[in-house]
Amino acid sequence: MAEQALDTFPRLFMHHARIRGDRPATREKDLGIWQTWSWSEAAAEVRSLACGLAQMGFTRGDNLAIIGDNRPRLYWAMTAAQCLGGVPVPLYQDAVAQEMSFVLDNAEIKFAIVEDQEQVDKLLEIKGRCAQLRHILYDDPRGLRHYTQDGIQSLDEVIESGRIYDREQRDFLDGEIAKGRPGDVAVMLYTSGTTGQPKGVCQTHASFIMAAKTGCEFDQLGPSDEILSYLPMAWVGDHLFSYAQAIYAGFTINCPESGDTVINDLREIGPTYYFAPPRVFENLLTQVMIRMEDAGAIKRRMFRYFMDVARRCGAEILDGRPGVAAGDRILYYLGNLFVYGPLRNVLGMSRIRVAYTAGAAIGPDLFRFYRSIAINLKQLYGATETCAAVCLQPDGQIKFDTVGPPAPGVEVRIADDGEVLVRGPVMLKEYYKRPDATAESIDADGYFRTGDAGFFDEDGHLKIIDRAKDVGKLAGGAMFAPNYIENKLKFFSYIREAVAFGHACDMVCAFVNIDLGAVGDWAQRRNIGYSGYTDLAQKAEVYQLVLECVEKCNAELAHDPVLAQSQVRRFLILHKELDPDDDELTRTRKVRRGFIAEKYRVLTEALYSGKPSQFIETQVKFEDGRAGMISAELRIMNAKVFDAAAARLAA
Amino acid sequence: MGIRNIGEPILQIDDISLSFGGVRALQNVSFDVREHEVRAIIGPNGAGKSSMLNVINGVYHPQVGTVTYKGETRHRVDPHDAASRGIARTFQNIALFRGMSVLDNIMTGRNLKMHTNFLQHALWVGAAKREQMAHRRKVEEVIDFLEIQHIRKTPVGRLPYGLQKRVELGRALAAEPELFLLDEPMAGMNTEEKQDMCRFILDVNDQFGTTIVLIEHDMGVVMDLSDRVVVLDYGCKIADGKPDEVRSDQAVIDAYLGVAH
Repeated sequence: MAEQALDTFPRLFMHHARIRGDRPATREKDLGIWQTWSWSEAAAEVRSLACGLAQMGFTRGDNLAIIGDNRPRLYWAMTAAQCLGGVPVPLYQDAVAQEMSFVLDNAEIKFAIVEDQEQVDKLLEIKGRCAQLRHILYDDPRGLRHYTQDGIQSLDEVIESGRIYDREQRDFLDGEIAKGRPGDVAVMLYTSGTTGQPKGVCQTHASFIMAAKTGCEFDQLGPSDEILSYLPMAWVGDHLFSYAQAIYAGFTINCPESGDTVINDLREIGPTYYFAPPRVFENLLTQVMIRMEDAGAIKRRMFRYFMDVARRCGAEILDGRPGVAAGDRILYYLGNLFVYGPLRNVLGMSRIRVAYTAGAAIGPDLFRFYRSIAINLKQLYGATETCAAVCLQPDGQIKFDTVGPPAPGVEVRIADDGEVLVRGPVMLKEYYKRPDATAESIDADGYFRTGDAGFFDEDGHLKIIDRAKDVGKLAGGAMFAPNYIENKLKFFSYIREAVAFGHACDMVCAFVNIDLGAVGDWAQRRNIGYSGYTDLAQKAEVYQLVLECVEKCNAELAHDPVLAQSQVRRFLILHKELDPDDDELTRTRKVRRGFIAEKYRVLTEALYSGKPSQFIETQVKFEDGRAGMISAELRIMNAKVFDAAAARLAA
Repeated sequence: MGIRNIGEPILQIDDISLSFGGVRALQNVSFDVREHEVRAIIGPNGAGKSSMLNVINGVYHPQVGTVTYKGETRHRVDPHDAASRGIARTFQNIALFRGMSVLDNIMTGRNLKMHTNFLQHALWVGAAKREQMAHRRKVEEVIDFLEIQHIRKTPVGRLPYGLQKRVELGRALAAEPELFLLDEPMAGMNTEEKQDMCRFILDVNDQFGTTIVLIEHDMGVVMDLSDRVVVLDYGCKIADGKPDEVRSDQAVIDAYLGVAH
């Protein structure tokens, strides 16, 4: 067969099967043992599955729903659909049936490949509403032996009949693969849709291959790299890292045994390339800290001593920056021997060359911790519509509060209102069957509106501050980004939630929720008695504690050329915890700023009128559904603000 | 739930009487258990339920009566013999090796099926190694079935109660039993743990066709799980039949709620 241009995923896949057929492509831990499929074995599976699907009537232009945990066969199903010119549509496996029915209906799904009984049951529940859905193919037969409904079939059977077909008519699939064009839609990822219905983002082979190429060249990823694939397959991050980049560079993906075993599996595989949202890194760190508390005295002292060394110079050494004293270098070397190395091993991160985090703001302390023990953790920025590849932090130029310069080949522009605009080969082709939404999100010059507000700092690194619709202006005209300030406050472990106000006002004020666990523990160690959240929140000592946090946050803001005016002048600690049950937070724990401002109007008025305290009474819903009242006299405190010009001079 | 073919009686209890000194634990109890069915034994505290299970797998020897298992009638059953003929059980209070890992605990369930001797294992010679690998595979299948992969290497003593119960079920399953005796598998569990356990019991029954005899106090569980129920009170059988029939039986209601004598 003549070598074709490697411009679609099936052609790349078959290319790897030819040139590195014996190298591992996919691993999965099954029955306690890591099973490996080489590229040629994996390619055979893909071919059989594709032929099996074709025999059942799956053709060019059809969409294939894929629902389940990260399983080799589900990844192969994506390639199989692409071989036939179809489009895989991965869905979030933990979505309830009702949520799935919209996507299945919208994408006119006829074929669904699912992991197990749980997903089959969900699809059967909504089959009546998804008129087109005809075939449900399952991977794991457990519990499904007695299902007699039409259209339910084991993936094994499909692959088996496909295998025979492929053997007899070798040309069929080769012909189908040859028909693929780089401009064809490669995958459809539905955006979660916080407002309105989810939208199907159509990405072509060309754009995802470009995104993969950029990332692989940027970090020199090659066939010898290993990644653990454990994030939802429907998420653009997993699709880029575990699918597009793996098939582009030819590295190995490892599927964990189950969601509960990820930490063990991570340790066994020791990936060289790793991706996780900040929350995962935070949990890992918390576990380490808790276990260190239980360690013996010598170990604890060693840990504390060398972590101080790491904090002082670890990140600098990793970045290769000059100016680290020779003494520190020697101490760091020893620390690496006794503490950092073993710690990386426990975390399963001994072999990591590059780790990324994205999806939410990461706390500077958390970020520095990993970098200081020589784990090359970096941030990236992107969206489903841009193949998750807009900005990447290059090695050696890491700042915790920016997401790095634009990736090669991607143009980023800041609109007049501060919105980040992106243009380049990684952009979406369209929203599926939504020309109105497509037109709305791409401006006249061909830039995609990300909906995020940000700016470039002096080194040309993009700094994302907030969702564009939330960004306002202070009465003085300075930019006001509530989410940015709230995140800064929330990085302090004592502060659980914060709500910043200031749009069209002359100053920024904030509500704060203390973290009952962290502050409660702090109070206990100081012998401060309290009866519950409301009581603890109004203690003078607690106010002092939070004041210190707010002033530290102000001091940092003073350094910021754009947001120096957004320093928090007055704040109060709320008498109750913000709660989704009271509609104050969304289910994903985002503050509903407008609702809160309205509900606690007396408090915002008191903040801006300069009163020292304010009485409030609020109705709350308890967990058992009863309603009750909480009332308190809330103190309001002034925080010190720092002179922006002086701060910059000092820096 | 799937379609199971409930077959001929696999176990026949005939006229069993068991006494400890002056206490008559069981009096002339007879019932049968059919192949592939889920058979529940219920009754108030001290009714003789656990004694009944102990008679079936030979821990207790009844003074009167016979146990017929797979066509062989015995007066005295030997526990070792019962186990090797495919009867496995779990206990009311957990009887696991607390210091050993989940994996090792379940491995002990394979003990009877190992043919190589101690010396071979100590020397780790070919046959022992091959055998060990085959057994490990079986054990891993059980671990997969019960969804306890994440605690494979955890010492049992560190696990919460509900998981320990699941491990015990796993050890019994590892013996690949044909008849499975469960002594209060849900005692002390919360609702969620109970639901999980119910699902596993039904799955065992459905997927491996294992016949199950279980003792349980939670009536909801019994009514949902079992095909037929036998009711004991003060060592006597007072009812036997489908869950619905038993539930409306006056003698059963009296036994549970008590009546003025």
